[in-house]
Amino acid sequence: MAEAEESPGDPGTASPRPLMRDLKAVGKKFMHVLYPRKSNTLLRDWDLWGPLILCVTLALMLQRDSADSEKDGGPQFAEVFVIVWFGAVTITLNSKLLGGNISFFQSLCVLGYCILPLTVAMLICRLVLLADPGPVNFMVRLFVVIVMFAWSIVASTAFLADSQPPNRRALAVYPVFLFYFVISWMILTFTPQ
Amino acid sequence: MAAVDDLQFEEFGNAATSLTANPDATTVNIEDPGETPKHQPGSPRGSGREEDDELLGNDDSDKTELLAGQKKSSPFWTFEYYQTFFDVDTYQVFDRIKGSLLPIPGKNFVRLYIRSNPDLYGPFWICATLVFAIAISGNLSNFLIHLGEKTYHYVPEFRKVSIAATIIYAYAWLVPLALWGFLMWRNSKVMNIVSYSFLEIVCVYGYSLFIYIPTAILWIIPQKAVRWILVMIALGISGSLLTMTFWPAVREDNRRVALATIVTIVLLHMLLSVGCLAYFFDAPEMDHLPTTTATPNQTVAAAKSS
Repeated sequence: MAEAEESPGDPGTASPRPLMRDLKAVGKKFMHVLYPRKSNTLLRDWDLWGPLILCVTLALMLQRDSADSEKDGGPQFAEVFVIVWFGAVTITLNSKLLGGNISFFQSLCVLGYCILPLTVAMLICRLVLLADPGPVNFMVRLFVVIVMFAWSIVASTAFLADSQPPNRRALAVYPVFLFYFVISWMILTFTPQ
Repeated sequence: MAAVDDLQFEEFGNAATSLTANPDATTVNIEDPGETPKHQPGSPRGSGREEDDELLGNDDSDKTELLAGQKKSSPFWTFEYYQTFFDVDTYQVFDRIKGSLLPIPGKNFVRLYIRSNPDLYGPFWICATLVFAIAISGNLSNFLIHLGEKTYHYVPEFRKVSIAATIIYAYAWLVPLALWGFLMWRNSKVMNIVSYSFLEIVCVYGYSLFIYIPTAILWIIPQKAVRWILVMIALGISGSLLTMTFWPAVREDNRRVALATIVTIVLLHMLLSVGCLAYFFDAPEMDHLPTTTATPNQTVAAAKSS
């Protein structure tokens, strides 16, 4: 974690306070992603718990109920994990190589937290898919995914764009666009058995 | 060493006399910048062909190459070393992409656009975009082709992303490596005027793949004729870009070797595009006909036999 003023090194005291404090910090960052403003909270107090929770939730929801999910052609749990983390690391490296002044973990934190709108979209899509399949069903899901995709892009650009010099901003933002586009595609093409 | 006639400056009359006194003295000839570094495109005075000037860039490419030799001075285990490969601005990347889409005869892509500043941003992200463009377009196209069939169940075919990634990245790195090795080997046998560094070759190949991104998206259209026309157009554009880039590098060589090299380059490019079309995109219209025409025949035959 970013700040470690209280060291939990004393084995006798198993206090719940650090856990509540961390959960509150994660929740606060969720709010910052949902209502993106120019604030430094995500950057200053970075943590990777939120991205981990979101990634696991997304990967679990992208699983199918069928026993032979291998034949289905959809992404496995490990594949979703690899895409999210490998993609985030690649974008962060790209941003640093272009000369951005954001730290490695801050960038991972921002990219991970901005998956939140797409996780919400996945939830909505799963609920919509409980109804009858058909073109209307698909249109609703398409609309939701597009809106959440735009939301993710806007949220992450609000935090990341300032860290790049202006003559390279588009070069740093394009991979973010590609990353969230691929995740949106995985969400949109999810078909339960 | 230099002849005494070359050193006839008005003010330095005693230079000539000192050279005749000591002919082995080293002299610095600052008139001609065309002889020093190894990536030198060659002195324009040496060859009488005017098209060399356009192909080899104008004079300040000499200066940028001399400066480029001083640029990459960090050791390879530091982060700054790799930052030199990402030293491009947005407009430069756009210019390079535009240059790859409009290959003008006589303009060398490397000399005109790359100018001793090869970047890895373009090749890497163009390949990444192409991987997803091919996988997603292939999936969409198969979905649209098989849309009416009762037995078709849509699958996202996620495996194909990893296969596409392997193919594209292997092509974008291994073929330039092989080509660079081949050109270095020929350079040791025949004195070529133009020689490219490995990163410049990777850069050219990366940017030449850009045309396949809109091509892959347009391949969704389920018409065989349209797809093959697109293959021809894309191959024409990127093939001519590669040919115009590498022809000056093999021109000095044996005629047959030079032609064989160019033909191999274009052939590999064609293999990539046709292979991707065949593997990721199902053939249109071929799957419909047997299922729809077989059933009436079967019902007629069953009626006749009963």
